[in-house]
Amino acid sequence: MKKRTLSILLSAILAMGVLAGCGGGSTASNAEPAKEEATEEATEEATEEAASEEGKVLNIYVWNEEFRDRVVEYYPGYEKTDDTHGKIGDVEVVWNVTPNQDNAYQNHLDENLLKQADAAADDKIDMFLVEADYAIKYVDTEYTLPLSDLGITDADLSKQFQYTKDTVTDSNGQLKGISWQGCPGVLIYNREAAKEIFGTDDPDAVQEKVKDWDTFIASAKEVASKGYKMCASPDDYYRVFDFNKENKNVEDGKIVISPAFEKWISISKELYDAGAIGMANLWAEPDWSQGFYPDGKVFCYFGPAWLIDFCMKAEDETSIAAKGGWGATEGPQGFAWGGTWLCAAQGTDNPSLVKDIMLKICTDDEIMKKITVEKNDFVNNKPVMEEMAADENYHSAVLGGQNPLGMFLAGAENISELKITAYDQTFTETIQAAMKDYFQGNLPLDKALDNFYKGVVEKHPELTY
Amino acid sequence: MNGKKSKVVEYNKWGYIFLIPFVVVYLVFSFIPLVTTIYNSFFENYRAGLTQIGPNFIGIKNYVTLLSNPDLWQYLKNTMIMWILGFVPQIFFSLLLSAWFTDPSLRLKAQGFFKTVIYLPNLIMASAFSMLFFTLFADSGPINSILVNLGIISKPYQFMMNVWSVRGLVAFMNFVMWFGNTTILLMAGMMGIDPNLFEAASVDGATATEIFWKITLPLLRPILVYVVITSLIGGLQMFDVPQILTNGNGNPDRCAMTLIMYLNRHLYSKNFGIGGALSVILFVVTGILSLLVFRVQNPREDRGTRKPRRRAHD
Repeated sequence: MKKRTLSILLSAILAMGVLAGCGGGSTASNAEPAKEEATEEATEEATEEAASEEGKVLNIYVWNEEFRDRVVEYYPGYEKTDDTHGKIGDVEVVWNVTPNQDNAYQNHLDENLLKQADAAADDKIDMFLVEADYAIKYVDTEYTLPLSDLGITDADLSKQFQYTKDTVTDSNGQLKGISWQGCPGVLIYNREAAKEIFGTDDPDAVQEKVKDWDTFIASAKEVASKGYKMCASPDDYYRVFDFNKENKNVEDGKIVISPAFEKWISISKELYDAGAIGMANLWAEPDWSQGFYPDGKVFCYFGPAWLIDFCMKAEDETSIAAKGGWGATEGPQGFAWGGTWLCAAQGTDNPSLVKDIMLKICTDDEIMKKITVEKNDFVNNKPVMEEMAADENYHSAVLGGQNPLGMFLAGAENISELKITAYDQTFTETIQAAMKDYFQGNLPLDKALDNFYKGVVEKHPELTY
Repeated sequence: MNGKKSKVVEYNKWGYIFLIPFVVVYLVFSFIPLVTTIYNSFFENYRAGLTQIGPNFIGIKNYVTLLSNPDLWQYLKNTMIMWILGFVPQIFFSLLLSAWFTDPSLRLKAQGFFKTVIYLPNLIMASAFSMLFFTLFADSGPINSILVNLGIISKPYQFMMNVWSVRGLVAFMNFVMWFGNTTILLMAGMMGIDPNLFEAASVDGATATEIFWKITLPLLRPILVYVVITSLIGGLQMFDVPQILTNGNGNPDRCAMTLIMYLNRHLYSKNFGIGGALSVILFVVTGILSLLVFRVQNPREDRGTRKPRRRAHD
């Protein structure tokens, strides 16, 4: 008898599971037509008009929430349904999120871009995001639409920083992407630690302690003697050397390690042997991010505005960021790191909506100003940034009231040529992982380099070394 | 006479009909992929960015590339080391536990509870389990802070940076995940042994240890062979645990890189040629090792190997 009840119960649960699965699917697809009435007033005329004659679904491919949050909060008329769905007028917006690490995002995107021509109109990718590390892979193909085809003119883009346009210009000189942010980087230091170690947290005084690499190493040893780590990982300042590298990472199908990386390797080895840096993997919890909290005892991080605002756990009350405990200074060398570009996919059935999102988020002065004030982003709009850099009322809460925009502005002006290839993400992830064996004395340098080359060629069989 | 004969034929027919679902599933999900994998292994076929290269027929060049690379043997060695490290404690504890569970003289209480508990780790997704261990054993993770606070070590031990701690963790996770499953298999085997034999032995004055070694183990041999072979096949295909624990690169110095992780690295560029060749090599290696185990443990018995518990996703 008991067994009987149990089996009935189990099969009931099973049946419910099956039904629940169906339920989820059908509500999602039923939601589109059912909800059309009430939502129309708030939206702007232009979008509504555009949307009515175009596709009903806007598919956007992203790897994290950063851009989605910008659209959700700043695009006029966007209504959030849930984390991955929303509505603009009567167009349903679908966010397709795949994490970036280990090329997962690129692989997923490739798969769907290759199917783009055969996909149903509502399944076609309309817009996707790319990072500096691999932007060129997409920009230099047919899969991205030139901005001019969307009707975006040079005049629309006149306020943007030149390098943000150069990065996404294809070999025929056509501009194929647009960004709302500039990514000059700074050294972000822990103010409490600076007071304890150097007796001051004034950005200029701290800059003196990190003004070039030799001084940086000397200061790192001093930091270590006070029980702190200079950085959580050698990956932190990797991007400084990456930006200042002499050669492209791949030239004529051959992997090239620039002298800048050799310097990164020797500095990191010296610092690690002196106990002055940690050996976390970038982004790893909790080893890398421990320095975001007072107990983590990490002196500094390197990064652009998006790192400060988006990654340093300002939303967590116990973090240093929440208390405004960080300061920013230029650091040993100027650099830029990353950046996110919006690309319109070839074959999109929502070109006007794509265009409008691009223009609103990436060129509209008012919206961009709001993004800076509320999110502390460094936006891709020179006049707005100049105005705000001079504005005494603006300050970054995370940076304890400092206004870093002047510093970012100077950095952004200095970025000229980016030596980018389609292989940079693999190069970066692989060299960072392989070199940790050398830094920690597990392997001699040549063996570690060997592992690095192997790792890259496994992922890109067309390369040699 | 005739009527009798047709009846026999009819029974046969039903046998075949009942076999159809298995054969169809096998053909579609195992046999066809197997054949296409072998076929693919003779082609150069990968993607460079968004450009498709191949497929171009290149004969056995993929095999030459792979087999002439000493790393392949290193990865095979890594895989076997981690499997053995996990399997030895696994079979030891499984035998012990199943002997206790099936021993009527012990009269263990709440057996159902314990059987459930030891099986539970297997219900957690391997990747989640691995992620958990990655966090637990991080440099600033809870295990290190406990050890430091207890004064056992003075500064955090870097588990993820040391060859044997990484391999050890992988082996330990596999052990914890699979010993429950093995215990249940061995228990089934032990309960299938005629209880009269045990009774007779104890009447003749055999001790519990003697009964275990002289009666239980020899009669358990078919099940043991099955357990070793399925575990070996599962072990050779070890992937999710080390992949997540080491971030996909098997560091330090690729010491935790298993064959399937190596295969997975080729799939980033959709390199079906090298990937196919590697799968075929793995297939052959698995076949040889299974045969070896079977012959060593089962010198006279001439029954075919049973269907493995975990099949290749080739």
